[in-house]
Amino acid sequence: MNTTSTPADAPAGGSWEELVTVALLGTERRTPPGLRPGREAPVTLLDAAAVETLRRRAGVRPARAAARPEPAARDARPSLPPAAARRLAMLLADRPGTGGGGRRGTAPDLMELLPQWLQLANARGFAAPPQALPALLDAARGRTDLRPAALAFAGPRAVWLARLNPEWRFALRSAPGGGAALPGPEETERVERLWQEGLFAERVALLAAIRAHDPDAARELLTTTWATERAEDRLMFLDSLRSGLCPADEPFLERALTDRSRNVRATAAELLSALPDSALAARMAARAGSCVAVDRTRGTPTIVVEAPHECDAGMERDGVVPKPPTGRGERSWWLGQLVEAAPLRVWQKRLGGRTPEEIVALPVADDWQGELHAAWCRAAVRQRDPGWSRALLGAPAAPEAGGPGAVSLAERSKLLATLGSTERAEWVAGFIGTHGLSEAFQLLGVCAVPWAGPLGRAVVDALNIARDAGSYPWSFSGVMGLAERCLDPAEAGRLEGLTSVPDESENAAPGAGSYWAEAFQRLVTTLRLRAAMASELGEP
Amino acid sequence: MTQQGVRWTADQVLALAPDAASRKAGSKLGAAGPWSEAGSSDEGTVWGLCKGSGSKPYQTVIDIADSTGPAYKCSCPSRKFPCKHALGLLLLWAGGDGTVPHAQAPDWAEQWIEGRRARSEKRTAGGASGASSAGDPEAARRRAERRAERITAGAAELEQRLADLLRGGLATAEQAGYGMWEETAARMVDAQAPGLAARVRELGAIPSSGPGWPVRLLEECALLHLLDQGWLRRELLPDGLAATVRSRVGLSGSADGRPVRDRWLVLAQYDTSDARLTTRRIWLYGAESGRAALLLSYGAAGRAPELALPVGLAFEAEVSAYPGAGQLRAALGEQFTPPAPATIRPPGTTTLQAVERYGEALRADPWLDSYPVTLDRVVPTPDGDTWQLADTDGDLALPLTPASRSRPDLWRLVALSGGAPVTVFGECGHRGFTPLTAWPEGAGDAVPLC
Repeated sequence: MNTTSTPADAPAGGSWEELVTVALLGTERRTPPGLRPGREAPVTLLDAAAVETLRRRAGVRPARAAARPEPAARDARPSLPPAAARRLAMLLADRPGTGGGGRRGTAPDLMELLPQWLQLANARGFAAPPQALPALLDAARGRTDLRPAALAFAGPRAVWLARLNPEWRFALRSAPGGGAALPGPEETERVERLWQEGLFAERVALLAAIRAHDPDAARELLTTTWATERAEDRLMFLDSLRSGLCPADEPFLERALTDRSRNVRATAAELLSALPDSALAARMAARAGSCVAVDRTRGTPTIVVEAPHECDAGMERDGVVPKPPTGRGERSWWLGQLVEAAPLRVWQKRLGGRTPEEIVALPVADDWQGELHAAWCRAAVRQRDPGWSRALLGAPAAPEAGGPGAVSLAERSKLLATLGSTERAEWVAGFIGTHGLSEAFQLLGVCAVPWAGPLGRAVVDALNIARDAGSYPWSFSGVMGLAERCLDPAEAGRLEGLTSVPDESENAAPGAGSYWAEAFQRLVTTLRLRAAMASELGEP
Repeated sequence: MTQQGVRWTADQVLALAPDAASRKAGSKLGAAGPWSEAGSSDEGTVWGLCKGSGSKPYQTVIDIADSTGPAYKCSCPSRKFPCKHALGLLLLWAGGDGTVPHAQAPDWAEQWIEGRRARSEKRTAGGASGASSAGDPEAARRRAERRAERITAGAAELEQRLADLLRGGLATAEQAGYGMWEETAARMVDAQAPGLAARVRELGAIPSSGPGWPVRLLEECALLHLLDQGWLRRELLPDGLAATVRSRVGLSGSADGRPVRDRWLVLAQYDTSDARLTTRRIWLYGAESGRAALLLSYGAAGRAPELALPVGLAFEAEVSAYPGAGQLRAALGEQFTPPAPATIRPPGTTTLQAVERYGEALRADPWLDSYPVTLDRVVPTPDGDTWQLADTDGDLALPLTPASRSRPDLWRLVALSGGAPVTVFGECGHRGFTPLTAWPEGAGDAVPLC
């Protein structure tokens, strides 16, 4: 609506333009129009300009409308309860870098609660309030881990917005139905064309989508172009068969064992070994079985290990890497790979009908125990075998569970992931009860949220013990942060007593008491906030 | 504000925050966790102890019964006002989940409240007598005369400067830079004409404001000239216009218009600030009178002005207009009900009617930059690298002002619309339209855009 859009009714042709020209050059050089004798030229110019300015402003007309945007697709989900909408606005307002930084004080870290809030809102099936979308997209732009949940919650209007604002382009890439919508599995022609002509990322997404829907179709699609794909693409495509892996994949994988690329061969072998009935698994079982036996001639039955003496062509074809990393012996390296790829059920038969627990408890001759147990761990994780995982984890309170035993913490958390959530939580609770918190962070990370009662109590008790021992709370900041996000909000009441500042004991670090009170305060506040968040969103 | 017993909404509380950081910090403290011994009384006092980083908790007490707005006291060292503890406590109280029960105020809170009330009674008593003693009409008239003389001298000097500028040409203004204008503005401050000083300062920014600056500079010079001339010949003007000239020059009268009682809907609230002052503008719409009113309040830089009215709430109150033709500024008189959520929306117009209203308003006040209007059923529409609000029916549209199209709030408006018609309240002027509040097409609350 700038004033130049009103030329139609400007009288006295271009007199405003003339005034501007005179004003620019100055009345010393140009005479303003309508100058009468006895009047000062600048004043005459200003008078005329004032009249003209008002005339132009009073005569402003609307502009011609541009092409209106295509309306966004309707979001059929119900809208948020008002309290939950306000909470969302509050969480989104807490952007990193806007706060004071430094020490955290007693205030909860709201941004850390956003993932949980989004998960709850998505589970309840609410639609995002449209006016919150810009802040939500900005938050997801900065944090890729938030994107899937944020975009699912944001719904179709976020994709619509992203087409208008290049800063949110990521929403087009990751949203289903974004940039180029993936064809449904039934649209064979479009699938075919996208598979033949699409970009690499689009093809990976297509393959994953079809695999989720119809595993056989995905494999067949891949077979059509397998021979012409580049090695690194073959590796990625092969990796997408990991989901929905089934015995029908075996012939294809078996062929991939002769692939030109070593990485493709290794991946094919790994996938085959996760199929306990595959021919490869049987070959590996035979090889590994021949290396491990029970010696009954000793006083107590003992496992004896005879590692392979060579890595033959057959082993190499089945994915065994012949050259060990520096610092490891060839033979133990080969043994590890054989045991790892052999189906675990072989051992029960091979080692005298024993249960996994009994097998793990057997002594192992000549220092092979570490190597052998570690390989069994990898096998248990790969084959997702809870029985063996349980046996290898052992009792959580056992002394070796806390130390750097045969099984590292990282492996232990992987083993835990194969167990049910209740059993997982109980094991970690037992572990913390015996060994404290210093090693527990990784293990807590695999436990289901909110933490089960015994686990939550174990963590709180351990924190309490750490406080009484006189250390500073920031030595436990990782666990504290996890507790804020994962502890059941119902525990808040029990924690109330810990928020007061205790009298300082002699062996405590100076000032530690008040820092602990502050940390517990934040924990309690965060738990209450989470309870409020959940109740605002209502029951699922 | 007689609001004893009525709990506020969380939005009302958050609107008191002096800045976004306090708002956030306050909302974090609005959970039961850090508070103890919190309570509230029927007399409108809320108190509590907040656990901070030190061993001694902060004592926070708020008096919400005061007619001039809530008063706060907190033992924390923060210079923000109100501090986050006061905000957090009010939020907790507003939440109404029983963590701030009715109770007897502890001594430390009671002392402060009593001291405060005693002082304010003395003040009202003293104020009444002070007004009569300061009312020596002869002295007041002499003071007013002296000030008018000064302003007249300032206006004459300004006329001279404008004439000099146009004699040499605006092209020289670009080279002369900001300094020349700053100096002239300082002369206008000396002349006790803050309205003229502010306009002169704005002139100084125009030469660096991008393409088309000569047009804008000539427009503003001409309007300043018009204001000078209006002042110099104010005796010849009709009363209403003369009052407008006085207020534009910077002689603000008092709001002595007839009080209008109505149910006022809060349409928008936004702050602008410079180095010294935060100015808060609140637009009201009278549900029965259909009138728009502008409340202005001020705070020192970094402090929120005390008056806070959350957008979308309505309340019964009296409002009195300031003098001057076409002036929408008003003062808030007695409030009869606390602000409460309301579903009323102001009636909307088309884009054509909106610019016509602005044109009409210029007749009463030629210095008006924009006029408040509500656009009904418009679609935010991208137009090249700018945005416009286009009528749903017809092919007319109002472009957004350059300032509002670069604000992040624009995206809230676009998101709310999603390509569908929305109702938008804002300021319509010669630079374009500034959206301030929007409503979705169907049912839905007002969404503030500023």
